[in-house]
Amino acid sequence: MQILNQIIQGLLLGGYYAMLASGLSFLFGVMRIVNLAHGSLAVLAAYLILVIVQHVTSNVVLAVALAIPPMVLVGWLFNRVILQPSMRGGFLVPILATFGLSIVIDNLLFLRFGADTQSLAPNIGMLSYSSWNVVGNLYVSQLDALTFVTALVLLGGLQLVLSRTGIGRAIRATAEDAEAIDLIGIDSRAVYTAATAISLVLITVAGAFMAMRATFTPYAGATQLIFAFETVVIGGEGSLWGTLLGGIVLGVAQSLGAQINPIGFLIAGHAVFLVILVLKVYRGHFRNLRLRAIIPTRSSGATA
Amino acid sequence: MSLLSIQSIDARHGLLRAVNDVSFDCDQGDILALVGANGAGKTTLLRTIAGVHAPHSGRIVFDGVDVTGLRAAARVHLGIAMVPEGRRLFGSMTVEDNLRVAAIRARPGSWNLDTVLDAFPQLKPKLRSPAGQLSGGQQQAASIARALMTNPRVLLLDEISLGLSPIAVDQVYQSLQALVATGTTILLVEQDLGRALKFSRRVMCMLEGSIPLQGNTGEVTREQILDTYFGLGRETVH
Repeated sequence: MQILNQIIQGLLLGGYYAMLASGLSFLFGVMRIVNLAHGSLAVLAAYLILVIVQHVTSNVVLAVALAIPPMVLVGWLFNRVILQPSMRGGFLVPILATFGLSIVIDNLLFLRFGADTQSLAPNIGMLSYSSWNVVGNLYVSQLDALTFVTALVLLGGLQLVLSRTGIGRAIRATAEDAEAIDLIGIDSRAVYTAATAISLVLITVAGAFMAMRATFTPYAGATQLIFAFETVVIGGEGSLWGTLLGGIVLGVAQSLGAQINPIGFLIAGHAVFLVILVLKVYRGHFRNLRLRAIIPTRSSGATA
Repeated sequence: MSLLSIQSIDARHGLLRAVNDVSFDCDQGDILALVGANGAGKTTLLRTIAGVHAPHSGRIVFDGVDVTGLRAAARVHLGIAMVPEGRRLFGSMTVEDNLRVAAIRARPGSWNLDTVLDAFPQLKPKLRSPAGQLSGGQQQAASIARALMTNPRVLLLDEISLGLSPIAVDQVYQSLQALVATGTTILLVEQDLGRALKFSRRVMCMLEGSIPLQGNTGEVTREQILDTYFGLGRETVH
């Protein structure tokens, strides 16, 4: 029963990681950019929601809704001022640029809010500690369940947008071939901007749940980035449902690790990430070796 | 006033001058074939007209509007569309999605999903198939159909027979007749000289970035073209 309990807690934790990583995975899938400011942007969203809760409305859901438009604006600026110009400089420049942005965000937050820990938990009442007794000693946190369901809704909604709408088709097409999308009259820069805006919406919701689940400080972004990055790598870069799977694997590993040793929470997660990363690297390496052996260096011939 | 006017265009790849002071005009309904050896500058010229390669100097005027500084997407809105070399379909998306995505910012016009499928009936049974799984001929048809969904006034076709079997090429050119009937201007880059001369009304032969030979297909002989093609003659026919 104890193991089952840990697995279920890990699965629910995976929902949070999937939510946190979805924006990172989505942006990588569309723009092929590893956004190292992802965690800091989530913390920025958390502080914005906190400010709204303290000064505008005490309703957290409404505060999240009010935080989304300014975060989308941040996304627009982020895309136009940092991502698109840096993309022209090659693969490495956006990584350095987003790393630089994360430092700027962290320190500006520190300047404004100081090092005090903050949380939205006091603003959500009983939801922060209430749970359901499923059977025997098996309890499910209501906030964890809400987090998991929200992750499912976000990923499902994003999947629907990508598969059923015009902007979704344009985003998928741009992810495959940005020049070809320009050639059919859709400005790839506008699509990139839309994708960044969507990513920032996902980041905002993830930031809200991070703030409701735990405490945060201006420098909490780095830890969030690591968890998001591990989730994306485990689940498959750019894959939405893979992100959910990656989050669940990471969450279950951490939960089971904590059962063995309190420090095992982090170690087990990192260990699973490393094992999967090594397997992926070697699988790719061996596949390339096989392909080189099978495929001639230059292929020719007509196709019907 | 011509529909498309290329004025002293110079395009480069780094230090390499791929297109060298090229000028020509196209009228509504013109069908121009651009022929030349590999590396002559044909694709660079087409990409420059489409807006995906920035010219070093010169002007491109479309329907009286200087489009030289416009991005490719903006040129599509004015009516310049391109079928790129290698088809460049969105391989993981279905054929239908490839066509529908091209309709998102399309100009108003007669081409829509139904009319495009009438022109390319071979695509009808493949609408739900991923574009990357089609045969080469079907992919080429889908690529042209996708460009048509934008309702172009000028269609730039780059090496549409490349890598296709003769039967598939026949089918593609047969389907293009529906396009010719609409009065769309076509600028065609083609390695197959016979097909280029048969399909087009004017031919331009490129050599080392320039167009030393151009004229109506009835007036320019195959020998003149071949001489220019291989750099043996630089005669200009008007």
